[in-house]
Amino acid sequence: MDWQAFALTLRLATVTTAILLAIAVPLAALIVLGRSRWLAVVEALATLPLVLPPTVLGFFLLVLLGPRTAFGRGIAVLLGHPLAFSFDGLVVGSVIYSLPFAVQPLVAGFASVEPALVDAARLLGAGSARLVLSLLVPLARRSLIAAAVLSFLHTVGEFGVVLMLGGDIPGSTRTLSILLYNQVENFDYAAAGRTSAILIVFSVVALAIIYSKREKRVSPAGGSRA
Amino acid sequence: MLELALDVRRGSFHLQVECRFASEWTVVFGPSGAGKSTLLRLLAGLDRAHQDEPVRGRVAFEGDTLTDTARGLWLHPGHRQTALVTQQPSLFPHLSVAANIAFGLRHLDHAARAARVQHMLELVDAVELTDRRPQDISGGQAQRIALARALATGPRLLLLDEPFSALDGAASDALLDRLQLWLRQRRVQTVLATHDITDALATNAEVLFLREGRQSALGPANEVLASERKRLLAHLSAT
Repeated sequence: MDWQAFALTLRLATVTTAILLAIAVPLAALIVLGRSRWLAVVEALATLPLVLPPTVLGFFLLVLLGPRTAFGRGIAVLLGHPLAFSFDGLVVGSVIYSLPFAVQPLVAGFASVEPALVDAARLLGAGSARLVLSLLVPLARRSLIAAAVLSFLHTVGEFGVVLMLGGDIPGSTRTLSILLYNQVENFDYAAAGRTSAILIVFSVVALAIIYSKREKRVSPAGGSRA
Repeated sequence: MLELALDVRRGSFHLQVECRFASEWTVVFGPSGAGKSTLLRLLAGLDRAHQDEPVRGRVAFEGDTLTDTARGLWLHPGHRQTALVTQQPSLFPHLSVAANIAFGLRHLDHAARAARVQHMLELVDAVELTDRRPQDISGGQAQRIALARALATGPRLLLLDEPFSALDGAASDALLDRLQLWLRQRRVQTVLATHDITDALATNAEVLFLREGRQSALGPANEVLASERKRLLAHLSAT
């Protein structure tokens, strides 16, 4: 068992999930509560990675973050190293690739909060940040959990973007899915079976733990015993 | 004084109102669908603009402009010192009754907030509900708490959209009496929307009669509602 690849995969998924939630919560709130017509374009862009082949996304990111573009050269100067073929580059790729898996459940969850509750909070002086943190997030907690689980597991299992953008550098970009690919290429089916089993068990256990801890649905309206 | 001049279209519905409410207590009376709730939401600043059906008009209260579409001015609902209580209590289900009432009191320190919550619970006669969750109280109790939550922020203008519909007659009358006294002491101007003529007559207020989005009459209750009152009395004597 390659524990280095296992630890790297966990680290990548954890960092990616944390960044995604920080981006997706305000983005989903903007999509649900905003009034601009441009929000349809924003939502389309946030959903685009869902329909793009991962290798296409990985290729674009590889070019964008590499030394061929001014942006890639600027990032390299800023960080002291190029993003392509590095752990940081994998994080960037994973965040973009898994963005729809974080945004979509949150959009659905926030949209299901009764507009009358949002109106009541606004009348009581809640600004946008308080509306999101004190009302939408607590009432859409299950969607937040779903977004975190999907983002985490999707990152654990991603392959195309990782291979295109990160290659196969042990301890830096070799994740479990890359390790599995290498094992199959080397006809080491026994090792590939163990790695696959770890990925499957890990996913099932993560889902089971989180869904077993979910809370009962809370009625959005007051006065159920009228 | 509340001044309004509104011209709003919602599909086939057209609300057109231009008037001044000078009385401390004004009743917006009209049948269902007359535009009472739409009017109150516009006064509260909740219906800013629908994508293809923009709000046009002006709302001013005590000389302060709250909405003026000609100048692109629209004050956030939370900055209007206006409270709106509707038929649907819309209590936050994840918060206790006390936390619901305290939601708009973040600017107060803990002791002042607790004191204000206690005072509001006493006003609506619901002290025993402090720690209960909205899903564990009745519809009538939820309406009382919604009223307490709205009044806790100390509004200058109170908008009531049939907020006592879940209370029985005696409880509703008692609460209304206490509420009127409390509001008069604090000089809170109130606009009550109702389709119930007894509610409109009971308050002896200035009445705006709305029919299909247009103002039919504005004046003292006994004048504006004289024909409706006759119709009601004739109906009662016939039965």
